[in-house]
Amino acid sequence: MSTIHKSPWLLHYDGSSCNGCDIEVLACTTPVYDVERFGVINTGNPMHADIFLITGGINSQNEAVVKQIYEQMPQPKVVIAVGTCACTGGIFKECYNIKGGADTVIPVDIYVPGCAARPESIIDGVVKGIALFKEKAAALKASENAN
Amino acid sequence: MQEIKKDMYLIDKAELLQVIMEKKNALWRLCQICCSFPKAENHYEVTYSFANGYDFANYRLIVEKDEDVPSISRVYKSAIYYENEMHELWGLNVENIKVDLHDKLYRIDVETPFIEKEDK
Amino acid sequence: MGKRSIVPYGPQHPVLPEPIHLDLVLEDEKVLAAIPSIGFIHRGLESLTSKKDFNEMVYVAERICGICSFMHGMGYCMAVEDIMNVEVPRRADYLRTIWAEMSRLHSHLLWLGLLADGFGFESLFMHSWRLRENILDMFEASTGGRVIFSVNTIGGVLKDMPNDMLKEFVKKLDEMEKEIRETTSIFLNDYTVKSRLVDVGILTGEDAIRRGAVGPMMRASGINVDMRKNGYAAYNDIDFDVITSNNCDSYARCEVRIGEIFQSIDIIRQCVAKIPDTEINTKVTGMPNGESIIRVEQPRGEAFYHVRANGTKFLDRFRVRTPTFANIPALTQTLQGCQYGDVPLLVLTIDPCISCTER
Repeated sequence: MSTIHKSPWLLHYDGSSCNGCDIEVLACTTPVYDVERFGVINTGNPMHADIFLITGGINSQNEAVVKQIYEQMPQPKVVIAVGTCACTGGIFKECYNIKGGADTVIPVDIYVPGCAARPESIIDGVVKGIALFKEKAAALKASENAN
Repeated sequence: MQEIKKDMYLIDKAELLQVIMEKKNALWRLCQICCSFPKAENHYEVTYSFANGYDFANYRLIVEKDEDVPSISRVYKSAIYYENEMHELWGLNVENIKVDLHDKLYRIDVETPFIEKEDK
Repeated sequence: MGKRSIVPYGPQHPVLPEPIHLDLVLEDEKVLAAIPSIGFIHRGLESLTSKKDFNEMVYVAERICGICSFMHGMGYCMAVEDIMNVEVPRRADYLRTIWAEMSRLHSHLLWLGLLADGFGFESLFMHSWRLRENILDMFEASTGGRVIFSVNTIGGVLKDMPNDMLKEFVKKLDEMEKEIRETTSIFLNDYTVKSRLVDVGILTGEDAIRRGAVGPMMRASGINVDMRKNGYAAYNDIDFDVITSNNCDSYARCEVRIGEIFQSIDIIRQCVAKIPDTEINTKVTGMPNGESIIRVEQPRGEAFYHVRANGTKFLDRFRVRTPTFANIPALTQTLQGCQYGDVPLLVLTIDPCISCTER
């Protein structure tokens, strides 16, 4: 457990966003912003992932998908809502098919606002997420030792 | 057939399939089908848009609230998506769509969100 | 005859930044049919016309999609301007053209990167995205935003680009062009790349028309149609040829898009040389009443804006038919008979933009 928090893996899923935040999340993993220098790596498999980056609001169809991805991730896990839509529903909040932000279906730890969220703020969010991940990992270990 | 404005023709339901077949045989492509429900007029308007190179033509069908429209999905396969969309979002009945998704295209919780209840 | 099975593909899939779901009917490794199901990003933003007035709808239109956000805003504004008979100042037309071509550049570079990632060439992915960042820097310098700019308004644009800045951009693009040529030559000449693209996913010209394909997907099947030739914005002053290819395969689609990258650079150069010094927007008064259909050539193909107004500030109908929506029937055609391992690549060759598709 002590080594995992030095390199948590990222998973990205697009809720019902306009895709602007998604390409910014992807841009974060490419040379100019390079979030991987903090030890994270982007993965496609929820079972490998520790940090979940979700963009966009929740609609009736992707609700189950988001929940399932969240449940498939191993403990401990950190959820980061990227962009205004993932935080509150944003400009689409009044649409008939939007339930609201990501926190309507899964617990969100860190909110990164912005439309579209800038890579700098996404990196800030991820760095905070890594710190939180460390805490959660320590808490999990402590509770395991107590048992 | 009556020209309302440039590239826009008003047609009857009886003329529809004939127009569609003419377009298909001349190798026009289906751009889109647009359904709308102008509140003031209280009927559906279905617009079929076709293009061939840079030529462009729109055919408009006026459909009363309880009327059905014939499906063109047997002529133009791509119409499947537009026609299912019309039924799911507007509640317009399309007869015999080639692949009828029974309101499962977008899988939304709301019933026909583009039409208000009292208008149905 | 092998055993038939149905394999679900997506919605959460490593090569796709956005969710789409396909049910693939397989016979051993061969795909017999692909059944797409969409709706994971359906928001229903067309219904916002009853809640937001026609000026606010510009911002909603821009958020149909984050990649071609500028062109969505432009298409919507052009439709409303057409209804209200507003003559847009010439400089605004030129600025729109420049931003639109910059959007095309960044979109095609983005697509090249995703394609490279799709066939497992990660360093090429990183190179394409590094080049793309230069364009985003230009957007940031000229509009303040990287992906969503909100510079369009009904009657023109909200921000001007000073002539010095435009010249600076052309200089940067000249330098970039060499680098882009180097990177794209790998896509066109490298034998590993070619082995994945050539003769994969054939879509004949007739099929493209029957299935209603648009944009590079159609032009790669030898059909010479580009909505920019209709001469909206400043395109009627610009000299350019439509790029087509007759190979009808994935390589042809790659070739067409790479050709358009250099074409966009050339169009920006011509615009900067010709741009007049006029106002950038006109004051628009009154409410729209009437109907208009505007077609705009986006990076992914022809986009369709149908606006119907009734004389109040709320529109009767705002309909967008986005290019990916039109390309999905063509995608299912190319998937028939392909190898299972080629599916991610073929999904990428239509340049899918699912947010656009589902609105």
